[in-house]
Amino acid sequence: MADEALFQFLHHEVIQYVNAAENGETENGRCITKLESMGFRVGQGLIERFTKDTPRFKDELDVMKFICKDFWTSVFKKQIDNLRTNHQGIYVLQDNKFRLLTQLSAGKQYLEHAPKYLAFTCGLVRGGLSNLGVKSVVTAEVSAMPACKFQVMIQKM
Amino acid sequence: MSRQSNRTTDSKKMNSELFTLTYGALVTQLCKDYENDEEVNKQLDKILFSLFPSSRGYNIGVRLIEDFLARSSVGRCHDFRETADVIAKVAFKMYLGITPSVTNWSPAGDEFSLILESNPLVDFVELPDNHSTLVYSNLLCGVLRGALEMVQMAVDVRFAQDTLRGDNVTEIRMKFIKRIEENLPVGDE
Repeated sequence: MADEALFQFLHHEVIQYVNAAENGETENGRCITKLESMGFRVGQGLIERFTKDTPRFKDELDVMKFICKDFWTSVFKKQIDNLRTNHQGIYVLQDNKFRLLTQLSAGKQYLEHAPKYLAFTCGLVRGGLSNLGVKSVVTAEVSAMPACKFQVMIQKM
Repeated sequence: MSRQSNRTTDSKKMNSELFTLTYGALVTQLCKDYENDEEVNKQLDKILFSLFPSSRGYNIGVRLIEDFLARSSVGRCHDFRETADVIAKVAFKMYLGITPSVTNWSPAGDEFSLILESNPLVDFVELPDNHSTLVYSNLLCGVLRGALEMVQMAVDVRFAQDTLRGDNVTEIRMKFIKRIEENLPVGDE
Protein backbone atom coordinates (compact mmCIF):
# COMPACT_ATOMS: atom_id res chain seq x y z
CA MET A 1 0.00 0.00 0.00
CA ALA A 2 2.35 2.73 -1.19
CA ASP A 3 1.95 6.27 -0.11
CA GLU A 4 0.88 9.02 -2.49
CA ALA A 5 3.96 11.08 -1.65
CA LEU A 6 6.13 8.20 -2.80
CA PHE A 7 4.61 8.26 -6.26
CA GLN A 8 5.08 12.01 -6.58
CA PHE A 9 8.74 11.71 -5.64
CA LEU A 10 9.25 8.82 -8.01
CA HIS A 11 7.51 10.72 -10.80
CA HIS A 12 9.80 13.67 -10.25
CA GLU A 13 12.88 11.46 -10.31
CA VAL A 14 11.73 9.72 -13.47
CA ILE A 15 11.49 13.10 -15.17
CA GLN A 16 14.95 14.07 -13.92
CA TYR A 17 16.39 10.83 -15.20
CA VAL A 18 14.81 11.04 -18.64
CA ASN A 19 15.88 14.66 -18.87
CA ALA A 20 19.47 13.80 -18.02
CA ALA A 21 19.48 10.81 -20.35
CA GLU A 22 18.33 12.99 -23.23
CA ASN A 23 20.81 15.73 -22.36
CA GLY A 24 18.23 18.11 -21.08
CA GLU A 25 17.79 21.47 -22.61
CA THR A 26 17.94 20.85 -26.32
CA GLU A 27 15.51 18.07 -26.95
CA ASN A 28 12.37 18.56 -24.97
CA GLY A 29 10.48 16.54 -27.56
CA ARG A 30 12.29 13.23 -27.08
CA CYS A 31 12.01 13.58 -23.34
CA ILE A 32 8.30 14.04 -23.59
CA THR A 33 7.87 11.09 -25.91
CA LYS A 34 9.72 8.80 -23.54
CA LEU A 35 7.73 9.97 -20.56
CA GLU A 36 4.48 9.64 -22.46
CA SER A 37 5.21 6.08 -23.50
CA MET A 38 6.11 5.14 -19.94
CA GLY A 39 2.82 6.58 -18.83
CA PHE A 40 1.08 4.62 -21.54
CA ARG A 41 2.34 1.27 -20.25
CA VAL A 42 1.42 2.18 -16.71
CA GLY A 43 -2.03 3.38 -17.75
CA GLN A 44 -2.73 0.13 -19.54
CA GLY A 45 -1.79 -1.97 -16.54
CA LEU A 46 -3.57 0.24 -14.08
CA ILE A 47 -6.88 0.34 -15.90
CA GLU A 48 -6.88 -3.43 -16.26
CA ARG A 49 -6.56 -3.88 -12.51
CA PHE A 50 -9.03 -1.19 -11.74
CA THR A 51 -11.87 -2.20 -14.02
CA LYS A 52 -11.71 -5.92 -13.39
CA ASP A 53 -15.16 -5.97 -11.85
CA THR A 54 -16.64 -2.94 -13.51
CA PRO A 55 -19.67 -3.53 -15.73
CA ARG A 56 -19.36 -2.73 -19.43
CA PHE A 57 -19.38 0.92 -20.40
CA LYS A 58 -22.40 2.17 -22.33
CA ASP A 59 -20.56 4.42 -24.72
CA GLU A 60 -17.59 6.68 -25.26
CA LEU A 61 -18.95 9.40 -23.01
CA ASP A 62 -19.39 6.86 -20.24
CA VAL A 63 -15.74 5.88 -20.58
CA MET A 64 -14.65 9.51 -20.39
CA LYS A 65 -16.79 10.13 -17.34
CA PHE A 66 -15.17 7.12 -15.70
CA ILE A 67 -11.75 8.53 -16.40
CA CYS A 68 -12.77 11.90 -15.02
CA LYS A 69 -14.34 10.57 -11.85
CA ASP A 70 -13.19 7.15 -10.68
CA PHE A 71 -9.84 6.94 -12.42
CA TRP A 72 -8.77 10.48 -11.59
CA THR A 73 -9.91 10.10 -7.98
CA SER A 74 -7.93 6.93 -7.50
CA VAL A 75 -4.79 8.29 -9.04
CA PHE A 76 -4.93 11.93 -8.03
CA LYS A 77 -7.32 11.93 -5.08
CA LYS A 78 -9.75 14.29 -6.75
CA GLN A 79 -12.03 14.38 -9.76
CA ILE A 80 -11.57 16.29 -12.94
CA ASP A 81 -13.13 19.69 -12.37
CA ASN A 82 -14.63 20.19 -15.78
CA LEU A 83 -15.30 17.98 -18.77
CA ARG A 84 -16.25 19.48 -22.10
CA THR A 85 -16.90 17.82 -25.41
CA ASN A 86 -18.00 18.65 -28.88
CA HIS A 87 -19.74 15.29 -29.12
CA GLN A 88 -17.60 14.53 -32.10
CA GLY A 89 -14.73 12.78 -30.42
CA ILE A 90 -12.94 15.66 -28.74
CA TYR A 91 -12.92 15.97 -24.96
CA VAL A 92 -11.26 18.54 -22.77
CA LEU A 93 -10.57 17.59 -19.17
CA GLN A 94 -9.82 20.47 -16.90
CA ASP A 95 -8.07 20.04 -13.58
CA ASN A 96 -7.79 23.28 -11.64
CA LYS A 97 -5.34 21.95 -9.13
CA PHE A 98 -3.35 19.22 -10.80
CA ARG A 99 -1.56 17.21 -8.16
CA LEU A 100 1.67 16.83 -10.04
CA LEU A 101 1.95 20.56 -10.71
CA THR A 102 1.13 21.97 -7.28
CA GLN A 103 4.70 21.44 -6.12
CA LEU A 104 6.10 23.15 -9.17
CA SER A 105 4.68 26.63 -9.04
CA ALA A 106 1.50 28.62 -8.54
CA GLY A 107 1.40 30.69 -11.67
CA LYS A 108 3.61 31.27 -14.61
CA GLN A 109 7.00 30.49 -13.17
CA TYR A 110 8.69 27.41 -14.68
CA LEU A 111 5.98 27.22 -17.33
CA GLU A 112 8.49 25.86 -19.82
CA HIS A 113 9.03 22.83 -17.60
CA ALA A 114 5.36 22.04 -17.21
CA PRO A 115 5.04 19.87 -20.34
CA LYS A 116 7.49 17.36 -18.87
CA TYR A 117 5.32 17.05 -15.81
CA LEU A 118 2.24 16.43 -17.88
CA ALA A 119 3.66 13.95 -20.37
CA PHE A 120 3.46 10.95 -18.09
CA THR A 121 -0.16 11.67 -17.26
CA CYS A 122 -1.06 12.13 -20.92
CA GLY A 123 0.34 8.66 -21.50
CA LEU A 124 -1.52 7.38 -18.47
CA VAL A 125 -4.83 8.53 -19.91
CA ARG A 126 -4.00 7.27 -23.39
CA GLY A 127 -2.98 3.89 -22.00
CA GLY A 128 -6.07 3.63 -19.85
CA LEU A 129 -8.34 4.46 -22.76
CA SER A 130 -6.48 2.10 -25.03
CA ASN A 131 -7.16 -0.88 -22.82
CA LEU A 132 -10.79 0.11 -22.62
CA GLY A 133 -10.92 -0.16 -26.38
CA VAL A 134 -10.65 3.53 -27.15
CA LYS A 135 -7.84 4.73 -29.37
CA SER A 136 -6.89 8.33 -28.77
CA VAL A 137 -4.33 11.06 -28.83
CA VAL A 138 -3.88 12.92 -25.57
CA THR A 139 -2.19 16.27 -25.20
CA ALA A 140 -2.03 18.77 -22.40
CA GLU A 141 -1.79 22.47 -22.10
CA VAL A 142 -1.21 24.75 -19.19
CA SER A 143 -1.29 28.52 -18.95
CA ALA A 144 -1.18 29.07 -15.20
CA MET A 145 -0.19 26.31 -12.81
CA PRO A 146 -1.48 24.30 -11.14
CA ALA A 147 -4.48 24.36 -13.45
CA CYS A 148 -4.17 22.44 -16.68
CA LYS A 149 -6.24 20.94 -19.47
CA PHE A 150 -5.94 17.53 -21.04
CA GLN A 151 -7.26 17.21 -24.53
CA VAL A 152 -8.38 13.79 -25.71
CA MET A 153 -8.98 13.20 -29.40
CA ILE A 154 -10.69 9.91 -30.10
CA GLN A 155 -9.36 8.19 -33.18
CA LYS A 156 -11.92 6.31 -35.17
CA MET A 157 -10.43 2.95 -36.04
CA MET B 1 -28.39 -4.05 -9.40
CA SER B 2 -25.91 -2.28 -7.20
CA ARG B 3 -22.22 -2.75 -7.44
CA GLN B 4 -20.80 -3.37 -4.00
CA SER B 5 -17.25 -2.28 -4.20
CA ASN B 6 -15.25 -0.94 -1.33
CA ARG B 7 -14.04 2.29 -2.81
CA THR B 8 -11.54 3.28 -0.16
CA THR B 9 -9.57 0.04 -0.22
CA ASP B 10 -9.78 0.04 -3.99
CA SER B 11 -8.26 3.46 -4.29
CA LYS B 12 -5.51 2.75 -1.80
CA LYS B 13 -4.66 -0.41 -3.62
CA MET B 14 -4.63 1.39 -6.92
CA ASN B 15 -2.32 3.99 -5.56
CA SER B 16 0.25 1.42 -4.60
CA GLU B 17 -0.18 -0.22 -7.96
CA LEU B 18 0.40 3.10 -9.61
CA PHE B 19 3.71 3.35 -7.81
CA THR B 20 4.63 -0.24 -8.56
CA LEU B 21 3.77 0.05 -12.24
CA THR B 22 5.59 3.35 -12.63
CA TYR B 23 8.66 1.87 -11.04
CA GLY B 24 8.40 -1.04 -13.45
CA ALA B 25 8.23 1.35 -16.39
CA LEU B 26 11.31 3.15 -15.11
CA VAL B 27 13.31 -0.05 -14.78
CA THR B 28 12.22 -1.14 -18.26
CA GLN B 29 13.36 2.18 -19.67
CA LEU B 30 16.70 1.84 -17.89
CA CYS B 31 17.19 -1.65 -19.26
CA LYS B 32 16.59 -0.28 -22.74
CA ASP B 33 19.05 2.56 -22.23
CA TYR B 34 21.86 0.60 -20.64
CA GLU B 35 23.25 -2.59 -22.03
CA ASN B 36 24.23 -4.40 -18.89
CA ASP B 37 22.55 -4.92 -15.58
CA GLU B 38 25.46 -3.59 -13.56
CA GLU B 39 24.93 -0.16 -15.06
CA VAL B 40 21.21 -0.36 -14.45
CA ASN B 41 21.79 -1.31 -10.82
CA LYS B 42 24.08 1.67 -10.41
CA GLN B 43 21.61 4.01 -12.02
CA LEU B 44 18.76 2.83 -9.85
CA ASP B 45 20.83 3.43 -6.78
CA LYS B 46 22.14 6.76 -7.98
CA ILE B 47 18.93 8.21 -9.27
CA LEU B 48 17.48 8.24 -5.88
CA PHE B 49 20.50 9.16 -3.93
CA SER B 50 22.08 12.25 -5.24
CA LEU B 51 25.69 12.72 -4.28
CA PHE B 52 25.53 15.63 -1.94
CA PRO B 53 25.86 18.52 -1.60
CA SER B 54 26.54 20.21 -4.89
CA SER B 55 24.75 17.99 -7.35
CA ARG B 56 21.09 17.65 -7.90
CA GLY B 57 19.65 18.54 -4.62
CA TYR B 58 16.54 16.54 -4.94
CA ASN B 59 16.26 12.87 -4.49
CA ILE B 60 13.62 10.70 -3.08
CA GLY B 61 15.46 9.95 0.13
CA VAL B 62 16.05 13.58 0.96
CA ARG B 63 12.49 14.68 0.33
CA LEU B 64 11.08 11.60 1.86
CA ILE B 65 12.87 12.17 5.15
CA GLU B 66 11.37 15.65 5.41
CA ASP B 67 7.96 14.29 4.66
CA PHE B 68 8.53 11.50 7.16
CA LEU B 69 9.73 13.74 9.98
CA ALA B 70 6.83 16.09 9.40
CA ARG B 71 4.24 13.36 9.54
CA SER B 72 5.51 11.06 12.23
CA SER B 73 6.22 12.35 15.68
CA VAL B 74 9.47 10.45 15.93
CA GLY B 75 12.23 12.35 17.67
CA ARG B 76 15.95 11.98 17.21
CA CYS B 77 17.20 8.40 17.42
CA HIS B 78 19.82 7.80 20.08
CA ASP B 79 21.49 4.82 18.57
CA PHE B 80 21.51 2.58 15.57
CA ARG B 81 19.12 0.09 17.13
CA GLU B 82 16.52 2.76 17.55
CA THR B 83 17.08 3.86 13.98
CA ALA B 84 16.52 0.32 12.79
CA ASP B 85 13.26 0.08 14.69
CA VAL B 86 11.98 3.37 13.39
CA ILE B 87 12.82 2.45 9.82
CA ALA B 88 11.11 -0.90 10.04
CA LYS B 89 8.08 -0.11 12.14
CA VAL B 90 7.27 3.46 11.19
CA ALA B 91 8.80 4.39 7.85
CA PHE B 92 8.22 1.20 5.92
CA LYS B 93 4.69 0.99 7.31
CA MET B 94 3.94 4.57 6.37
CA TYR B 95 5.23 4.46 2.83
CA LEU B 96 4.89 0.90 1.69
CA GLY B 97 2.35 -0.52 4.08
CA ILE B 98 4.58 -3.35 5.23
CA THR B 99 6.53 -3.94 8.41
CA PRO B 100 9.79 -5.75 7.88
CA SER B 101 11.43 -7.48 10.81
CA VAL B 102 14.79 -6.40 12.17
CA THR B 103 17.22 -9.28 12.71
CA ASN B 104 20.79 -10.52 12.37
CA TRP B 105 22.47 -7.85 14.39
CA SER B 106 26.22 -7.96 14.16
CA PRO B 107 28.06 -8.33 17.49
CA ALA B 108 29.25 -4.74 17.28
CA GLY B 109 25.68 -3.56 16.82
CA ASP B 110 26.50 -1.66 13.66
CA GLU B 111 24.90 -3.90 11.09
CA PHE B 112 21.47 -5.48 10.80
CA SER B 113 19.05 -7.01 8.37
CA LEU B 114 15.57 -6.03 7.38
CA ILE B 115 13.57 -9.06 6.35
CA LEU B 116 10.64 -8.35 4.07
CA GLU B 117 8.17 -11.17 3.65
CA SER B 118 6.68 -9.40 0.70
CA ASN B 119 8.05 -6.60 -1.41
CA PRO B 120 5.38 -4.34 -2.89
CA LEU B 121 7.74 -3.13 -5.58
CA VAL B 122 7.78 -6.53 -7.17
CA ASP B 123 4.08 -7.22 -7.49
CA PHE B 124 3.46 -8.54 -10.98
CA VAL B 125 7.17 -8.73 -11.70
CA GLU B 126 9.22 -11.60 -13.00
CA LEU B 127 12.86 -11.28 -13.92
CA PRO B 128 13.59 -12.68 -17.36
CA ASP B 129 16.64 -14.96 -17.64
CA ASN B 130 18.88 -12.43 -19.32
CA HIS B 131 18.45 -10.04 -16.43
CA SER B 132 19.21 -12.34 -13.57
CA THR B 133 21.76 -9.97 -12.03
CA LEU B 134 19.41 -7.03 -12.01
CA VAL B 135 18.76 -5.79 -8.55
CA TYR B 136 15.25 -4.68 -9.34
CA SER B 137 14.52 -3.08 -6.03
CA ASN B 138 17.78 -1.19 -5.83
CA LEU B 139 15.72 1.96 -5.50
CA LEU B 140 15.07 1.05 -1.89
CA CYS B 141 18.80 1.04 -1.17
CA GLY B 142 19.22 4.47 -2.64
CA VAL B 143 16.26 5.87 -0.77
CA LEU B 144 17.41 4.46 2.56
CA ARG B 145 20.92 5.75 2.07
CA GLY B 146 19.70 9.18 1.02
CA ALA B 147 17.23 9.52 3.84
CA LEU B 148 19.71 8.49 6.52
CA GLU B 149 22.37 10.77 5.16
CA MET B 150 19.98 13.64 5.70
CA VAL B 151 19.96 12.78 9.38
CA GLN B 152 23.73 12.70 9.48
CA MET B 153 24.25 8.97 9.15
CA ALA B 154 26.39 7.36 6.52
CA VAL B 155 25.20 3.83 5.91
CA ASP B 156 25.83 1.12 3.44
CA VAL B 157 22.70 -0.57 2.15
CA ARG B 158 22.55 -3.65 0.01
CA PHE B 159 20.35 -6.59 -0.84
CA ALA B 160 21.42 -9.86 0.71
CA GLN B 161 18.44 -11.84 -0.57
CA ASP B 162 15.84 -11.08 -3.20
CA THR B 163 12.62 -12.97 -3.87
CA LEU B 164 12.90 -12.01 -7.51
CA ARG B 165 16.09 -13.99 -7.73
CA GLY B 166 14.67 -17.07 -6.15
CA ASP B 167 15.25 -16.50 -2.46
CA ASN B 168 12.49 -17.07 0.04
CA VAL B 169 12.48 -13.60 1.46
CA THR B 170 13.89 -10.23 0.63
CA GLU B 171 16.69 -9.25 2.96
CA ILE B 172 18.22 -5.79 3.08
CA ARG B 173 21.48 -5.48 4.94
CA MET B 174 22.23 -2.12 6.53
CA LYS B 175 25.62 -1.21 7.95
CA PHE B 176 26.42 1.90 9.89
CA ILE B 177 29.58 3.53 8.61
CA LYS B 178 29.88 6.76 10.50
CA ARG B 179 28.14 9.82 11.75
CA ILE B 180 28.40 12.72 9.31
CA GLU B 181 29.65 15.84 10.97
CA GLU B 182 27.68 18.88 9.97
CA ASN B 183 29.86 21.36 8.19
CA LEU B 184 29.12 24.55 9.96
CA PRO B 185 30.28 27.73 8.24
CA VAL B 186 33.40 29.22 9.74
CA GLY B 187 32.87 32.46 11.56
CA ASP B 188 29.65 34.20 12.19
CA GLU B 189 29.08 37.28 10.12
